[in-house]
Amino acid sequence: MSKTYYNPADLRKFGTITEWSEELGNKFFEYYGKVFEEGALTAREKSLIALAVAHTEQCPYCIDAYTKDGLQRGITKEEMMEAIHVGAAIKSGATLVHGVQMMNKVNKLEM
Amino acid sequence: MNKKSLLARNNDLANTKRQLEVLSNGQFASGELPTFAKKIAATNQFPLRPKKLEILQINMGYMCNQVCAHCHVDAGPDRKEIMTLKTMQECLNVIKKTGAHTLDLTGGAPEMNPNFKWFVEEAAKLGINDFIVRSNLTIIRANKKFHDLPKFFKKHSIHVVSSMPHWTRGKTDKQRGDGVFDKSIKALQELNAVGYGIPGSDLKLDLVYNPSGAFLPGNQKALESDFKKALKEEFNINFNSLFAITNLPISRFLDYLIASENYEDYMYALVEAYNPEAVKNVMCTNTLSISWDGWLYDCDFNQMLNLKVNSSVKHISEYNEELLQNRNISINQHCYGCTAGAGSSCQGVVA
Repeated sequence: MSKTYYNPADLRKFGTITEWSEELGNKFFEYYGKVFEEGALTAREKSLIALAVAHTEQCPYCIDAYTKDGLQRGITKEEMMEAIHVGAAIKSGATLVHGVQMMNKVNKLEM
Repeated sequence: MNKKSLLARNNDLANTKRQLEVLSNGQFASGELPTFAKKIAATNQFPLRPKKLEILQINMGYMCNQVCAHCHVDAGPDRKEIMTLKTMQECLNVIKKTGAHTLDLTGGAPEMNPNFKWFVEEAAKLGINDFIVRSNLTIIRANKKFHDLPKFFKKHSIHVVSSMPHWTRGKTDKQRGDGVFDKSIKALQELNAVGYGIPGSDLKLDLVYNPSGAFLPGNQKALESDFKKALKEEFNINFNSLFAITNLPISRFLDYLIASENYEDYMYALVEAYNPEAVKNVMCTNTLSISWDGWLYDCDFNQMLNLKVNSSVKHISEYNEELLQNRNISINQHCYGCTAGAGSSCQGVVA
């Protein structure tokens, strides 16, 4: 029995979620596969977006998966790090922009 | 980065029996992953049999000026095994009568064999119309005596196939050694200068991409377009096609996988990406591999694992195409490397 919540080997078992709810599971994977196909955005661009979101979601499975996916596509480590900074900038920006709410409240409450 | 072959380092994996043990044990012995034989049997593709022979791939020797981290040949400057004139003559006797239309020269660095040019000239006289030389590029810049290679290749209309793991210096040098990127760029420019890879030219220059680590190659077309764009913009280099080749878990790449604790995941990824369509066109079905000392193999990988052809004819001196074509191809778990995703061969994807 695993002593931690996350086990790297569990990523390979992702597909087994269909076993307990076949229709929804299959629909999800079909959708997921379609999303990452070449479209108005290239598969390479989508891979970088996925990597950035994997970090903001702090999903270790997704980080493993999309780091490897990026390497397979020839994406460089500089490109990967820049993508993560985009995620981090939005995360910190999202925190800081709420500062306006704090300022509004202070201005309202203070005489 | 190691500057010596596994053999010179007395590494356990220089022993091919040890490599085959590794490939048969672990996940495959426990049944967690199916053996390659079992997997192809499920789609009625066992035993694997040759189709029409198209390519004779001759390994001119394991000597090389580079010591690439992923090399399946375990080639390097310390490897002294190179083809003798006697074996070359035996190869020429076979070239006279073979049904194969392509001669594929590989190594090591085939150009380092002192009789390389003589052999090419003799084979050209015999009317081979498709000549491939697998050149590591840096050899052209390694020594003055190799500077005329681009002109020599051109004279015999040789199809040049060269390794290039990435369009950035860092990734290339990490896999192939310090300074390899700059020398490779210079060599590519020299090949372009004599007409190789230029649009409209008949002189073909293809690049081979191997992943520089424990991951599989991405889409060949997408990588080709990224390589073309980057090499053209930064260095004004032209080439024809990019072949994306999967690293097989043998020799130095196997050593790397084990040392970096990536072996199990890598084998799992290969098995997961198994594509029965790729099995139909694996290169062992249309190629015969000949070693520097004249032994016959299903492919260059089986050569490096010392898995000789499963036939009464095992050496070039007793070559008999009809007998050889009636054989079962030797397989093991490394074969998953050629059937993953779009498949992999010395000519790139197969499915």
